[in-house]
Amino acid sequence: MDTTVTEENVWGGGNRPLGASYGKLMMWFFIVSDALTFSGFLASYGFSRFKFIETWPIADEVFTHVPFFHGNYPMYYVAFMTFILIMSSVTMVLAVDAGHNMKKNKAIIYMFLTIIGGAIFVGSQAWEWATFIKGDYGALETQGGRILQFVKADTGERAALADFAQYLPGERAQHDKNVGVWFEGEAPLTSFSLEEVKAGFMADPNILIRTETITEAGEKTLLTREESLSKIQDARLVVEGANLIRNEYGSRLFADFFFFITGFHGFHVFSGVVINVIIFFNIILGTYERRGHYEMVEKVGLYWHFVDLVWVFVFTFFYLV
Amino acid sequence: MAHEHKLEIFRGLLKFKSNTQKIWGVLIFLTIVTAVEVGLGITKPEILTTKTLIGMKLLNWIFIVLTLVKAYYIAWDFMHLRDEKSSLRRTIVWTPIFLVSYLIFILLFEADYIYNVYKDGFVAWNF
Repeated sequence: MDTTVTEENVWGGGNRPLGASYGKLMMWFFIVSDALTFSGFLASYGFSRFKFIETWPIADEVFTHVPFFHGNYPMYYVAFMTFILIMSSVTMVLAVDAGHNMKKNKAIIYMFLTIIGGAIFVGSQAWEWATFIKGDYGALETQGGRILQFVKADTGERAALADFAQYLPGERAQHDKNVGVWFEGEAPLTSFSLEEVKAGFMADPNILIRTETITEAGEKTLLTREESLSKIQDARLVVEGANLIRNEYGSRLFADFFFFITGFHGFHVFSGVVINVIIFFNIILGTYERRGHYEMVEKVGLYWHFVDLVWVFVFTFFYLV
Repeated sequence: MAHEHKLEIFRGLLKFKSNTQKIWGVLIFLTIVTAVEVGLGITKPEILTTKTLIGMKLLNWIFIVLTLVKAYYIAWDFMHLRDEKSSLRRTIVWTPIFLVSYLIFILLFEADYIYNVYKDGFVAWNF
């Protein structure tokens, strides 16, 4: 008797091998496919990095800023961002838990905190981008596309272009679209021209050049003054900050992957916040109270945790390793 | 969500009274792991940066292992895979693990090959 019933259920699709509702299962499908997308990005980042393993920028030297503070604080801010995201994951779990127990007001409060955490994270990421694009020291690029950075010989600290470049009076003006015959502009002029940087470098014996190559000790190669003097003759271009073509930190692919992967992740966080806001208002309006269950909160919760999960990997592969 | 919560972590070493309490416990654990990662990243102990295992620094292996540990607790406790049926859990977890390991293996191997081509070839890249 019992077997007949089960068989009918099986034929009629009544079997529940995964024990999850349709919506939840679809959310998991999406998460798995999205995880594969991110894995593809991170694996291609690894590919490029292994390809240029000797010249890849060192993350500690790139991400050294904390808002409102001056100085060299490698990774503290990213660690803070990680903590914020994990924390908002916790409030999300608590919101799911409150929903599970049909506690509407608690769910509202926890959803609100989750949204705040997400907003802080997105804001921090925007700030990171702005700092990264602006750059801090400036560098030169050689004919072969290699980046030359500057170091003060006496202290061993990085030297910004403004620290030693000389001001040479000249007529060089920004070439705009509206003055050219073919309506072609040029990239914004850097704050110092190549000649000014070179002249300043020649005049100041305290400035040395640092190349991209990483030594056995895991640091960038520092040239002697004589080597630096011959190396600077290869320079062709002043680079300040970062864009999709070149950046002052080193390998061009480094900035491209930074923009692409953290950008894609930031977009996920942003859409997560938007979805959280929608769910937040739905809870307030009592939609789930009337529906009799808060499964929707759980589903966006899964997405939100996934965003957190991806960040854990981005954090490791971009900032730590 | 399954209506029962499994309230043990570390294979039953740590038992919690309620689901909420377990979440806070996991948060503390994840925070400690992140703090250890950042601490190691800033100090970079010499013993870990000079020794290598399968072509990578010991320090980087530690980072990767700790990341996987964090990922496990996020998936198992925050995404409550611990409370799901094992069939669902295995479908979700093993499919990406298989595909990603394959992808990583093949891409990193190829990248290392290209690195050697650049290094030993007769074309100058640094000028």
